[in-house]
Amino acid sequence: MGEPSATEPEHSDGEPVIATRALTKRYRGGQLAVDGLDLTVPAGSVFGFLGPNGSGKTTTIRMLMGLIEPTSGTARVLGQPMPRATRAVLPHVGALIEGPALYGFLSGRDNLIRYDSADPAADPRTRRSRVAAALDRVGLTAAAGKKAKAYSLGMKQRLGLAAALLQPRRLLVLDEPTNGLDPQGMREIRTLIRELASDGTTVFLSSHLLDEIEQVCTHAAVMAQGRLITQGPVAELAAGARGRLVVTTPDPAEAARVLKEQGVGDIAVTDDRVTGEPPDRDLAEVNAALVTAGVRVRGFTVERASLEDAFVALTGEGFDVAG
Amino acid sequence: MSRAEVAGTVRPVSPLWTLGLLRNELATTFRRWRTLALLAVLAGVPVLVGIAIKIETSDGSSPGGGGGPAFISQITNNGLFLVFTALAATLPFFLPMAVGVVAGDAIAGEANAGTLRYLLVAPAGRTRLLLTKYATVVLFCLAATLVVALSALTVGALLFPLGDLTTISGTRISFAEGLGRALLIALAVAASLIGVAALGLFVSTLTNSGIAAMATTVGLLITVQILDQIPQLHALQPYFFSHYWLSFADLMREPVYWDELAKNLGLQALYAAVFGSAAWARFMAKDITA
Repeated sequence: MGEPSATEPEHSDGEPVIATRALTKRYRGGQLAVDGLDLTVPAGSVFGFLGPNGSGKTTTIRMLMGLIEPTSGTARVLGQPMPRATRAVLPHVGALIEGPALYGFLSGRDNLIRYDSADPAADPRTRRSRVAAALDRVGLTAAAGKKAKAYSLGMKQRLGLAAALLQPRRLLVLDEPTNGLDPQGMREIRTLIRELASDGTTVFLSSHLLDEIEQVCTHAAVMAQGRLITQGPVAELAAGARGRLVVTTPDPAEAARVLKEQGVGDIAVTDDRVTGEPPDRDLAEVNAALVTAGVRVRGFTVERASLEDAFVALTGEGFDVAG
Repeated sequence: MSRAEVAGTVRPVSPLWTLGLLRNELATTFRRWRTLALLAVLAGVPVLVGIAIKIETSDGSSPGGGGGPAFISQITNNGLFLVFTALAATLPFFLPMAVGVVAGDAIAGEANAGTLRYLLVAPAGRTRLLLTKYATVVLFCLAATLVVALSALTVGALLFPLGDLTTISGTRISFAEGLGRALLIALAVAASLIGVAALGLFVSTLTNSGIAAMATTVGLLITVQILDQIPQLHALQPYFFSHYWLSFADLMREPVYWDELAKNLGLQALYAAVFGSAAWARFMAKDITA
């Protein structure tokens, strides 16, 4: 943010940051974990990766990070094939996969030093200062000298995030990053994600918390039972499940008649609320028609559909664990 | 920063920096409470042996009564022999067990803790990580052997006289040369553990449980030691990693008898090559699901 934008990384143009073609993983024993996935994550996006537990999100992430070999199909990260180009790609990628994993007998700081020395592209001359900066960024400076086994779940989660932030990254892969955090910690992490995104980092965020995705993501994809159900900008996905027009009035019967004339479908009346699917025309005219017809209007609004409505509409089910 | 640049060149990597992982691995291993406990046990063996001999011989009788590990009867004349006795006493079990624990835990322990995925995503590189782990285990072999030798030397010097010594062949050598031989013997003993180290590393790539890998390695160690005692298996025994272990005593001959020492080193190299390759092949193809 403080940096001049002369070397601003390219946004939303050219090659996607992650692109998979028919990516498939069948585990030994025949279980099909990921089935023909075509995922495209545009550069500069904050990409929400949604799906119930067991839907194949983590297997996908592991394939993207070169930890698991795909059974078939291809995955490209930062324009390079994975897992073949791990050495060239992964120094530009920070990752938090399935929760943090730490050396309990090392201090928080030494954990980060260890992960940093594992990266051959990391300069050891700046190691200490980068580790200190990462600890500071996640608010762990005070606890840096404590052994990691004494950390709470939230602190471990923060330390895991710090490990992903040891270097400037082009892509951050965060699997359930707010897991185990208190509400204040969740807010801090969301703020951090927005900050990183505004610096030009593409963030790939897996979560099962729909409102979290809705709050921070520009794009999203939904997986269920190993398949990709949909992907696209969050606004479009939510628009897929259309909002409802809600009119509050002491004259519901008359209002329902006028609304029907105006092309509002699926009208339902409950007490003083009349709801229906909004027509394609300008809603201001609908309101004017109500007033002209002498309907006394207390409230006139469109209740926007949430991503959750969109999700339920897409999967036709609740948010249960896939069997 | 253009895309082509990202594709082609990661920041320039100095070859020395890639050793950063080895340095860190060594520091991490030798700071672990478990490693220190293993080394403490190993350091304790010569102390026990030294004190036992001191007590047994306080009435002027000769120690061991003809039995016991090699060189034990000479200790009362020269404390330096405690080094040879301690190494002979720890080589069959204590030393390889300690190596088996460290080697078995090398990959499986990281997988168990989940840290393996973060090391690989860092990206440590699978080959680089495996080489780092093997180098660390081999250096642990050396450290463990030196701990036994130095502890024995200290105890020997404190409890018994030092001076010129008699070789197995009956010739006299100076104390300084005796120290040199002791160092050579320590190196030979450390080298004898290379095979177990490679075996343990291979086992470690097979499982995600550190405990299982350690137990399997130590179990294999005991099994091989038992099989090496069964006369009917004499055709196979030259291929057991422990078969030539006690050849280090030949370094105390004048002139040194190299035949079995060379066979031992060759066998250890063979184990390192075979199980090292197997570990590499397994680790490269492994899906990291832990």
